[in-house]
Amino acid sequence: MADISANFLGIKSPNPFWLASAPPTDKKLNVLRAFEAGWGGVVWKTLGSQIKNVSSRYSSIDYNGHRVMGFNNIELISDRPLDLNLKEIAECVRLFPDRAMIVSLMADNNRESWHELIKKVEDTGAHGLELNFGCPHGMTERGMGAAVGQDPDIAARVVEWVMEAATTPVITKLTPNVHSVVPTGRAAVNAGTNALSLINTIQSVTGVDLDTFVPNPNVGGQSTFGGYCGPAVKPIALKMLTTISQDPVTAKVPVSGIGGISTWKDAAEFMLLGATTVQVCTAAMRYGFRIIEDLCDGLNNWMDEKGFKTIGDFIGRSVPTLTSWEELDINYHIIAKINQDKCIHCGLCYISCEDGAHQAINLSYGNPYNTYTVKDEECVGCNLCKLVCPVDNCITMEVHRRGDEYLNWKEFQRRGLPLNDH
Amino acid sequence: MAVRNNRLSAEEYQQHFSDIHPPFETRDAALVEANRCLFCYDAPCTKSCPTSINVPKFIKQITTDNLKGSAYTIFSSNIMGGGCAKVCPVEKLCEGACVYNLMEEEAIPIARLQRYATERAIQEKWPLFERKPSIGKKVAVIGAGPAGLSCAHALSREGVDVTIYEKESKGGGLMTYGIAAYKVTPQFCQEEVDYITSIGGIDIQYNKEFGKDITLDELQRQYDAVYLGFGVGLARQLYIPGEQLDGVVDAISFIYDIRNSGFPAVPVGDQVAVIGMGMTAIDAATQAKRLGAKEVTLVYRRTQQEMPCTEAEMNIALLDGCKIIWLAAPTEILGEDGKVAQLVCNVVKLEDAAGGRRQLVITDEQIILPVDMVIKAAGQMPFEQLVHSHELNNDHGKITTTSNGVTSIAGVFAGGDCVNGGKEVVDAVQAGKDGAKAILEYMQNEESPESNS
Repeated sequence: MADISANFLGIKSPNPFWLASAPPTDKKLNVLRAFEAGWGGVVWKTLGSQIKNVSSRYSSIDYNGHRVMGFNNIELISDRPLDLNLKEIAECVRLFPDRAMIVSLMADNNRESWHELIKKVEDTGAHGLELNFGCPHGMTERGMGAAVGQDPDIAARVVEWVMEAATTPVITKLTPNVHSVVPTGRAAVNAGTNALSLINTIQSVTGVDLDTFVPNPNVGGQSTFGGYCGPAVKPIALKMLTTISQDPVTAKVPVSGIGGISTWKDAAEFMLLGATTVQVCTAAMRYGFRIIEDLCDGLNNWMDEKGFKTIGDFIGRSVPTLTSWEELDINYHIIAKINQDKCIHCGLCYISCEDGAHQAINLSYGNPYNTYTVKDEECVGCNLCKLVCPVDNCITMEVHRRGDEYLNWKEFQRRGLPLNDH
Repeated sequence: MAVRNNRLSAEEYQQHFSDIHPPFETRDAALVEANRCLFCYDAPCTKSCPTSINVPKFIKQITTDNLKGSAYTIFSSNIMGGGCAKVCPVEKLCEGACVYNLMEEEAIPIARLQRYATERAIQEKWPLFERKPSIGKKVAVIGAGPAGLSCAHALSREGVDVTIYEKESKGGGLMTYGIAAYKVTPQFCQEEVDYITSIGGIDIQYNKEFGKDITLDELQRQYDAVYLGFGVGLARQLYIPGEQLDGVVDAISFIYDIRNSGFPAVPVGDQVAVIGMGMTAIDAATQAKRLGAKEVTLVYRRTQQEMPCTEAEMNIALLDGCKIIWLAAPTEILGEDGKVAQLVCNVVKLEDAAGGRRQLVITDEQIILPVDMVIKAAGQMPFEQLVHSHELNNDHGKITTTSNGVTSIAGVFAGGDCVNGGKEVVDAVQAGKDGAKAILEYMQNEESPESNS
């Protein structure tokens, strides 16, 4: 069995799975149950000034019968009294000393408020702090949350205030509601943050009710922009994570990855792109804490299969393979091949290639089953047919190099090679 | 042993003849299945439907909550799409072709989804089709069955005024009179006919029999064209001794009585033998059992490989507790006091014949079944005399047409069972569409012959 324990700036957890700052981590009752279920750590729901929540608070995107592909919330930071939160945090730390207890913070925008809040939180025995620079709704209008994270200068100043007071590791959580997370990430690192986490939720409107004409979630006939998360945001989170992993400044600090992680596979992908731990929220909100079992089990089995002894063996491993487009090898060429024994004749490869790609699949009429074959000379190797095929491994992409040597775009241009070979 | 009616309580009748394929209870339940559909291109299910319903499209429309669009997609190909969803042998048509079968997965329940999409349209009388303004043409249709109704609807959409002459007192044809009651209720059949005719421009004259109450000559004089969709009806005789005994009935009239007189009124024996293994044989056997017969035995001279009914149909009979005797050729019906007492069958042996085929050889060995009722379901015969008397080109009573329903008499078209000898409802619906198209072309040509000469 592989060792899946994590060590994040000295904060140890039996596994790299933390619950992200959100409703599942807002009270002792939940956190204790999460720890009992096996979660490696929690980021306690953001503490800060007193707020008031509204009803309703959530909305989601369903796709082809699958519910909650994307999830949206307009809930604010913790609406429970600060003292109660602090008392409960201390109790959770005492009862589960082997689990990571990080507390998310969002103080009012001045040095004293931050110092005061940090002091109180560190007195609980919590192992680390996460700065909520990302909440996209409600707090932003008050100059907090994403309003901080969207401006590298303000972010740097707040991180400086925090570092003056903090004695435990500080993780700065980045907002994705920017064209690039790197400037704020750099500013935070330069200001002294010990780590980064990303992404927070993405500003969104999940939809409009076609009967009432009010976007959701509906709050008494009105709505507001919410924060989008869940499986739908994973690709965006992975991209942003990679930019942090590749930047020479931000790459110096460990990262806790967040954004649509629902399975151990998602987690492994985040870790391959540089995350040391991962944070989960939507999946736990949807299915409950019990999902931790397969998260750990699946990761462990995969690591055994790949020969990884510890998570350190693969964290960041895929980062160097993500390069700029002009570094890609133009001589690498693949051609789709349809396995006729596996084909169920649904025609999806044909119509997607015909209408959506390069007209490279031939239809030979049959009643009721047509036969589909690839026109090798027309296939550009785009993957579309393979992606839409409902049968595993029915369509495979076979390598037919256009040349033996590695040839990238810069070299291609330098040599003045002909364009439009198709 | 006795043949008698009124064997069961009202509750039992209701239970025995309740819907065999219950609809989806909820939208959610329908969506689970609808969302499984892969939305195939040039879909095998569509190609396997005689009316070419765009199945992936109507299923996709269910998933987008466009139920009106879904119903329109179905009805525009098959105006009896509601009834066909209940009576089609889908396992050998659309569902049988579903690509999931090739993945060893359950096929999409296309029929149930089709029912889901059409049922509300029929119940709530959605006006999905609009009739074009009258073009001043009149067409007579013989028979308010699937072919006739389909033809009439297609013609009416184009602004033709249609009169249907129906010999029975209700429309629907085979759907109303010839199919097991647990598949389609009489009430549904009525609603379906009403829905089809709700487009307007279709007048159904009931209790008017072709060749008796109305003649082709008259119709040809009064109308611009005539469509014959009178079906088949006469039960094939077995030509074995004892066929005239009291207690021997044919499946067609047996089912007709069930549909026409109500369940309690139809007499059934204690021990019933049904001869044949077609769809009608199954419908007769299962309904005999459901009417209270103690024992029902299907007798078939060939094997399961050759049986005309589908496996799903056979399973309905088996689940109802009917027995099947394969390779038994009925040779004589014996009676006592003029009433059926025994069915004598000769055992059939399979022998290898040339070319790897199997040959049926009737042996001397006999099986004697004690029975008080024999239901013959050896197929239906065309109305041969009717066809001959009108001097229509025909093949043993089946009207000969070109593929689009054109008969040997100018201005007279035909389709459905009276042409094909007896196929599915869905085949007749398609024939009606084809006929309507041919009629429209014919009437157009008649109007401006020079432009089409």
